[in-house]
Amino acid sequence: MGKYQAIFGAILSRMLGRLWGEKEVRILILGLDGAVVTTIPTIGFNVETVTYKNIKFQVWDLGGQTSIRPYWRCYYANTDAVIYVVDSVDRDRMSTSKEELHAMLDEEELRDAALLVFANKQDMGGAMTAAEVSDALGLGTLKNRQWSIYKTSAVKGYGLTEGLDW
Amino acid sequence: MNMLKKDEDSGDLGVFYHIDKSTVLQEARVFNESPIVPRKCRLLLTKIIYLLYLGEPMATNEATELFFSVTKLFQSKDIALRQMVYLVIKELSTIAEDVIMVTSSLMKDMQPKSEVIYRANAIRALCKIIDATMLPSVERFLKAAIVDKTPSISSAAMVSSYHLFPAGKDVIKRWANEVHEAINSKPTSLVGTASSYLSFTSSGSSYNTPSTSNISQYHALGLLYMIRQHDRMAVTKLIQQLAGSSRGNFGSSSGTLRNPFAYCLLIRYAAKTLDEDPNLRQQMFELLEGWLRHKSDIVNFEAAKAICNIKDVTSKELYPAVNVLQLFLSSPKSTLRFAAIRTLNKLAMSHPTAVQPCNLDMENLITDQNRSTGNEASVDRLMKQITGFMSEISDEFKVIVVDAIRSLCLKFPTKQVVMLSFLSGVLRDEGGYEFKRAVVEAIFDLVKFIPESKEAALAHLCEFIEDCEFTKLSVRVLHLLGVEGPKTATPTKFIRYIYNRVILENSIVRAAAVSALAKFGVSAEDSEVRKSIKVLLTRCLDDNDDEVRDRATLYLKLMDDEESAEKYVKDDSTYSLAALERQLVQYVSNQDASEKPFDLSAVPKITKAQAEAENLKSRSFDLVSTQTIGISSSAVASSSAATISTSRDATPTPGIDQQVVYAHQLEKISEIAAFGSLFKSSVKPVELTESETEYAVSCVKHLFDEHIVFQFIVVNTLNDQLLENVTIVMQAESDDGSLVEEFVIPAPKLPYDQPGSIYVAFKRTNPEDYPLCSFSNTLKFLVKDCDPSTGEADAEGYEDEYLVEDIEIVTGDYILPTYINDFQSTWDNMGEEGQVIETFALTAAKSLKAACTTLIDLLGMGPVENSGTPTSPSLHTLMLSGTFLSDIKVLAKSRMTYSPSSGVTMELSVRSSSEEISRIVIGAVV
Repeated sequence: MGKYQAIFGAILSRMLGRLWGEKEVRILILGLDGAVVTTIPTIGFNVETVTYKNIKFQVWDLGGQTSIRPYWRCYYANTDAVIYVVDSVDRDRMSTSKEELHAMLDEEELRDAALLVFANKQDMGGAMTAAEVSDALGLGTLKNRQWSIYKTSAVKGYGLTEGLDW
Repeated sequence: MNMLKKDEDSGDLGVFYHIDKSTVLQEARVFNESPIVPRKCRLLLTKIIYLLYLGEPMATNEATELFFSVTKLFQSKDIALRQMVYLVIKELSTIAEDVIMVTSSLMKDMQPKSEVIYRANAIRALCKIIDATMLPSVERFLKAAIVDKTPSISSAAMVSSYHLFPAGKDVIKRWANEVHEAINSKPTSLVGTASSYLSFTSSGSSYNTPSTSNISQYHALGLLYMIRQHDRMAVTKLIQQLAGSSRGNFGSSSGTLRNPFAYCLLIRYAAKTLDEDPNLRQQMFELLEGWLRHKSDIVNFEAAKAICNIKDVTSKELYPAVNVLQLFLSSPKSTLRFAAIRTLNKLAMSHPTAVQPCNLDMENLITDQNRSTGNEASVDRLMKQITGFMSEISDEFKVIVVDAIRSLCLKFPTKQVVMLSFLSGVLRDEGGYEFKRAVVEAIFDLVKFIPESKEAALAHLCEFIEDCEFTKLSVRVLHLLGVEGPKTATPTKFIRYIYNRVILENSIVRAAAVSALAKFGVSAEDSEVRKSIKVLLTRCLDDNDDEVRDRATLYLKLMDDEESAEKYVKDDSTYSLAALERQLVQYVSNQDASEKPFDLSAVPKITKAQAEAENLKSRSFDLVSTQTIGISSSAVASSSAATISTSRDATPTPGIDQQVVYAHQLEKISEIAAFGSLFKSSVKPVELTESETEYAVSCVKHLFDEHIVFQFIVVNTLNDQLLENVTIVMQAESDDGSLVEEFVIPAPKLPYDQPGSIYVAFKRTNPEDYPLCSFSNTLKFLVKDCDPSTGEADAEGYEDEYLVEDIEIVTGDYILPTYINDFQSTWDNMGEEGQVIETFALTAAKSLKAACTTLIDLLGMGPVENSGTPTSPSLHTLMLSGTFLSDIKVLAKSRMTYSPSSGVTMELSVRSSSEEISRIVIGAVV
């Protein structure tokens, strides 16, 4: 699954110093509906296991519809990293996005999980910058949390240092 | 396969016995574990399914929570686990909320690039969770799946579409072309089969070989019809097309359709078209007729059924269909026979003449081996059928039918109304004595064993004797009327029938009628009735036959004399016939005994009710044997019942007849015959070994006037050994000289599995002393090894011993249960001289019933007046009667109370002619 490789690389780099051991790395990808613009919207969730640099990544791709969001919590346990995808154009829902993010991070089960925020849809006009998104989400107020933010574009397929197929 | 196997071996079936919902929901935590343990999860999923199938209600929130934990299992790639997940999702989809959560995951699994085994299952699961609004988004995949080369996937897609159709008509209608393609798809070619099979195995899946049944054609046809059902033209075209392609070609597989179920569907559609469109009638009928010659049974049957169901079918059209069904009637497959008979039955209602040719075959079916189809519901139907051909068969066969009906009555008492009307119907038919006798006996059985039918049955019998040409039957009916009539609500209505006999019949019947009348007279409460009976009987005094006059005189006298009437007319007890016979034979053969008159009081009496119960038992035994072996073999069965008693599996309750068998055996041994007549044999052989040991030993105690004989029944269960000179060494626990061993009769040879008996005889040294004693027993024998196959034994053997369990002589052994009619008066007559009373607390007894059983067992006496079964849970009086060894009558009365805290408390009083004996008897309880 080439499209995930860049992400793993990024996560790995953020997680240096941690001992992975034999364990699989468990990653959640989530965000409000509309944030993740793939060819088919995720109705529900998908799970895939991918090996990258000899480490097994188990990627849980959770859909963002309002009806499903309450069930995100079912999948929090044992998660090592959360990838939170934000629609950089959708300024109106940025506050909702923020609320969901903070509610999620308050969960005990995600206390030790690293956070990656993807400011998506950078290809579209009127997109907020990474800094703006970071501000809007209140990332600065997070304590005891490893986090980073990336600009991405699912359509144009760029946003990560390697510029891979995401 | 491997995985399944492993699971079966390691998994304990017992886990399903005691599972309840809350524990299972608790255990659902294993789904959250990381990494996932597929085996554990699978077991738990199975439990969930099991619970759901049991109908365990599950609340929405519980189901939803469970559902979401289950979704986490998608991370595992274990195939078997994934399949269970699909299954659980399907089950939970109707209860849990937000099941669309798994849509994406399922859609991913159904993609062409995922494993074949996932795909079909994922499609089926997906269709359970989506609704019409989501249909467009999966349309592309489902369409592709329908035309997929793998039958299971194609089937899954089409079956799912079929179920989704009502919700998503418009979308699914667009798939008609794909479905059509699926019908016409060539059978999976050999190359394709092999390669896809290879790909399964190489991917390590446990998927079995692709099906060759072409079942997907059936699914496709069903779906296609659903899509086109409102378009008559299209349906007709479809039928013509599919039928036409194989027309004139039946028996070959070159037609488009290869699946018999698909043909059945097609036949149904054709039949429907035929019904709806008269213009197509001829054409469709020709198709149906053609299918009668298809190579598949089920297609033939479906076509025949369709023809039978045509609304305005002509007998010419029916002919070929009935022919096919007739062939099925003699088919070795019971389902075919059943299906054919059902269809014919239905047809017979509308076109009886068409079914005529099959009558003979149907008659054969009545004695069919396969009774599993017979249940209460089918009785009505069966009766109708039988009535239909009853008039066409011979008397001999009618008797068999009536016997079968009789068995049915006893088996399904609730159906007695139907049966009775049938029986009374055939009673009116012409017929010989044997046939009428069978019918009358069947009705007798109804009267005796099915109380609800009594009144009606008696009424039918009354009608029957009005016009009966067989004296014997009339007499029997009259007797039954005399016995049962007075107990009914309106005895008077029978009296008229009976008196009619007195006027109209020959002397034998008249005499019987007089007896019957008298029974009414004696039993009637109403003085008016009594008076009328007297009048009637008085008229009989003028009869020209001696017997009739004698009887009338006797009964007139009896009616005025309550006490003797009680004794001679109403007496409810009878002698145990088996025992009576035995004692009479003994009496005749024994020279000394003939000097004294025969002692009738020694014969055990039983109630008529008991006798009837025995009768019913043997009846139902016959019934069982007729079902399994056939009607003629009941005689064999009953004789084998007698021999069984000596075999290894001791028969449970031999009853009184058993005594006769023992007596016969013992008489043949001259040493034992010298002891005189047998007083009592213990009812059941006592097992002295566990059932699965090398040598199975049981013991029966036979009591004679002064002797006790122990009969040890030994079975050698080792097929490589021959035992010779088998004997028993009995060692009394406390040897006080009261019992002296007289002799031992060893069993000379005990080959494998053939029971043999060893007899050990003891003499009581003091006739007044009834010792109670326990013996330890050791089997001694010579073992010779032998060849299991030939049974040939070595010449040399070696001595061996085998210790078996102890045997005891208890008080009960000295007492024979007897029956008396009037406990209270006998009790009072005995007086208190020989009475002993003691009070016992049976703390261990759990109920009065248990206490009664124990007491009857301990004392070896028989309960009187149904007092063996307590009617109240807290208070009961048990009355027992018996005969002590030297013909001393013993009665016992036990008043008992029960409370859960203290158990059973009882006051036991024993009366007999000797206080000594009473004391011994009561000692049995201590």
